[in-house]
Amino acid sequence: MDQTVEKKEVQFSEGAMAEIRRYISHYPEGRQKSAILPILHIAQAEFGGWVSPEVMDKVAEILNILPIEVYEVATFYTMFNLKPVGKHVLEVCRTGPCMLRGSDQLIEHLENRLGCKVGETSADGNFTLKTVECLASCGTGPMLQVREKFYENLDPASADQMLEELKASTVRKPWEENY
Amino acid sequence: MGRKLLTEHINVEGIQTFDVYRKHGGYASVEKALKTMTPEEVVEEVKASGLRGRGGAGFPTGMKWSFLAKPEGKPRYLVCNADESEPGTFKDRYLMEHLPHLLIEGMITSSYALGCRTSYIYIRGELLYVLRILEKAIAEAYANGFLGENILGSGYSLDLHVHPGGGAYICGEETALLESLEGKRGNPRNKPPFPAVWGLYGSPTVVNNVESIATVPWIVTNTAAEYAKIGVGRSTGTKLISAGGNINKPGVYEIELGVPVEEFIYSDEYCGGIWKGRDMKAVIAGGSSVPILPKELILKTAAGEDRLMSYESLSDGGFATGTMLGSGGFFVMDDQTCIVRHTWTLARFYHHESCGQCSPCREGTGWMEKVLHRIEYGHGHMHDIDLLVSVAKQIEGNTICPLGDAAAWPVAAAIRHFRDEFEWHVKHPQAATAPGAVFNKAESVLA
Repeated sequence: MDQTVEKKEVQFSEGAMAEIRRYISHYPEGRQKSAILPILHIAQAEFGGWVSPEVMDKVAEILNILPIEVYEVATFYTMFNLKPVGKHVLEVCRTGPCMLRGSDQLIEHLENRLGCKVGETSADGNFTLKTVECLASCGTGPMLQVREKFYENLDPASADQMLEELKASTVRKPWEENY
Repeated sequence: MGRKLLTEHINVEGIQTFDVYRKHGGYASVEKALKTMTPEEVVEEVKASGLRGRGGAGFPTGMKWSFLAKPEGKPRYLVCNADESEPGTFKDRYLMEHLPHLLIEGMITSSYALGCRTSYIYIRGELLYVLRILEKAIAEAYANGFLGENILGSGYSLDLHVHPGGGAYICGEETALLESLEGKRGNPRNKPPFPAVWGLYGSPTVVNNVESIATVPWIVTNTAAEYAKIGVGRSTGTKLISAGGNINKPGVYEIELGVPVEEFIYSDEYCGGIWKGRDMKAVIAGGSSVPILPKELILKTAAGEDRLMSYESLSDGGFATGTMLGSGGFFVMDDQTCIVRHTWTLARFYHHESCGQCSPCREGTGWMEKVLHRIEYGHGHMHDIDLLVSVAKQIEGNTICPLGDAAAWPVAAAIRHFRDEFEWHVKHPQAATAPGAVFNKAESVLA
């Protein structure tokens, strides 16, 4: 009986590979491992907002390092989602300075609107709600981040508008045109 | 109005582009340094300016540069610390987003001074949009001959790259940052050896904050003597302050060091006073790690003197009655703020961000978060308050890097200055956990 688990072939697009090669060229010969974090960001944008073990293996292959070297990095840094996520991940800042400006209320509002709790994905698959620690946006809190964009000075009305816009939007990758 | 050395042109249309930046005097320090000064002269100039590291520690930048080892046959690196993650601090992001060429100019002039051929800007991963702004500006600098081979025909060559982090506060600690830049987990290194001897890839390395590097062009162009005239005492020059919390005008303000705290909070030139017409309860003056001070101690020192926005004045009285200028992350709490809840969010932050390498920090930050959580949610005991103080004391000074201290200080200081508020939470759990309930000193006397 064949017990080998079928492994999904991971393939980066040409645009993503060009970015990967560009980053690798930034480090001295033999120090290509330095490019792990930039490549994990590219991978997360490329493969639906998260990095699977297969994707991490591919990153290790590209960098010619051991898979464990990628796993230990991907699990240390909080920006990398290690499980599937919704179309948009809402990362709400909840640290002291944002709390002073109403992040508790913003989180409660989003939970009600999305019908899910922090850490969960809305039933329609559009949104994963996460809380994060300080995003260096303390003067414009409460705020949240979606991929590379900051949504600042949020109140219930502007948060609702943001949700509508995101729902209708197409997710683009940084190396694509019209990004 | 104070002088603006860094942000004078920040509102100029198109200042993000090379041409406009250049038209407003940009890259003058590169021309001056490469054409008329030796690297050693640039280092001496920065030393003489009195510039102190703007990331938080306040260590003299020129002195740090002079420690850089110069062994034969090894490259040297300058790494800009743009991992701005200290709660309350958002000045570097503001500077890089609006004046990317200022940082690049600073990197070129500083790299020349240190003899680096390759330099990096390590930016926190959450700021990928700023990374793209910087990369665009770097490409312009290459295209105009300010980066790459033989800059301005001087024979000096430099490559500059931006490197994103992955969401880890600890990477703001310079040796964790270097580990991260090498593609590893951000675990701080044991010191010595210091990065000046053994830094990136085992080579001598200087790590400087964004604002420190962005100050170098002004010093080189206008001379250290002119720079040292600004400010007060050993706090020379200007400082970017990230003002947040319950104020009318949050934002980044460039101040001449020495402005009275009271003026900074209440004048319309800066914070514009407390929002919603409320009174002020407390201030954290230099990022979440520095001790919180109640209103009376942030405005005046224990000796009754006006507190100034300077390294010396803010630390007057030590931790008993003073605090620190730190990173300049200045956030204000109004009289409706629950100090217990606020302290809990900070303890949670440090627990979340501890790298896990040293037991006192890994375990202690978790304990502090849990104990604060139970006090905040009405399950606390009176002895929990002293337990927090004891845990904080046992973390402090017992870890490889300063994250342990940074986690311990805010908790210890909150209890030092607001013990009655913690006691009220324990004594009146129902009142304390009611929605919107806030400790009121006057009422608590009756309770």
